[in-house]
Amino acid sequence: MSRNTSRPLSPHLTVWKWGPHMVTSILHRATGVALSIGGLALLTWWLLALAGSASAYDDFSAAASHPLGILVLVGLSWSFFQHTLSGVRHLIMDSGDGFELKTNKNMAYATWAGSALLTIALWAYILLGRGA
Amino acid sequence: MTGPKQIGAQDRNAVPNGKTALGKVRGLGSARHGGQLWIRERVSSAALLLLGTWFIVSLLLLPDLRQGTVLEWLASPLAFVPMALFVYLNFEHSLEGLKVIVDDYQGDEGGRLTWHLVSLFLHVGAGALALYALVRIVFGAAS
Repeated sequence: MSRNTSRPLSPHLTVWKWGPHMVTSILHRATGVALSIGGLALLTWWLLALAGSASAYDDFSAAASHPLGILVLVGLSWSFFQHTLSGVRHLIMDSGDGFELKTNKNMAYATWAGSALLTIALWAYILLGRGA
Repeated sequence: MTGPKQIGAQDRNAVPNGKTALGKVRGLGSARHGGQLWIRERVSSAALLLLGTWFIVSLLLLPDLRQGTVLEWLASPLAFVPMALFVYLNFEHSLEGLKVIVDDYQGDEGGRLTWHLVSLFLHVGAGALALYALVRIVFGAAS
């Protein structure tokens, strides 16, 4: 099968003018990759530690409550909220809705505001409210 | 005009039977299964919207995150079943999403195949480990 290698691939970061919808789109991919690699590795480690010995779970807990561990968890929880809200935006657009320029832009901004607020609320609750 | 390397700019779409690549496929219709991955990705995303919310809220509602507390919670069917679905669908959705990214940014067919295989093996391997841990948790607690 002959293939024309000079044909372009999917347009990359460099060809688009940066705007809220474009940033949201690329964030959807970036957070998706972060959740795939970091999130699933962590979920698997957590479950294995839970199923394992007390010292295995202590190792996980120590890593998760270390400042660097908390930083990773904050990043992953923000990724989860951003990807989830952006995913809802995608589902709305898949239904054919939300393509009007202003609506589309506002929905993109809403995912940023929502993910930031949810991340702050979650960690305020964990670090301050709960007192754990 | 024999191999792909010598094909010039004017006839770079030429194929051995004299038709262009477009001419060869025109009129054949779709393969009728192209939309499946697209649909599966959205179905798993809708499920994960519910399960992800359940996961975070459940962890926050636990009195603490000590091993014994979490194990006791996970051993109950009302936690184990959604957790098993959450783990399975996370790996499925991740595999589907990364496949789209590889297809978009890896132009080389051999490279695509390699990345798809690496991704598939890692997902199945890690996913099996995670499900093994869950099974061990639920049976360990029962005995």
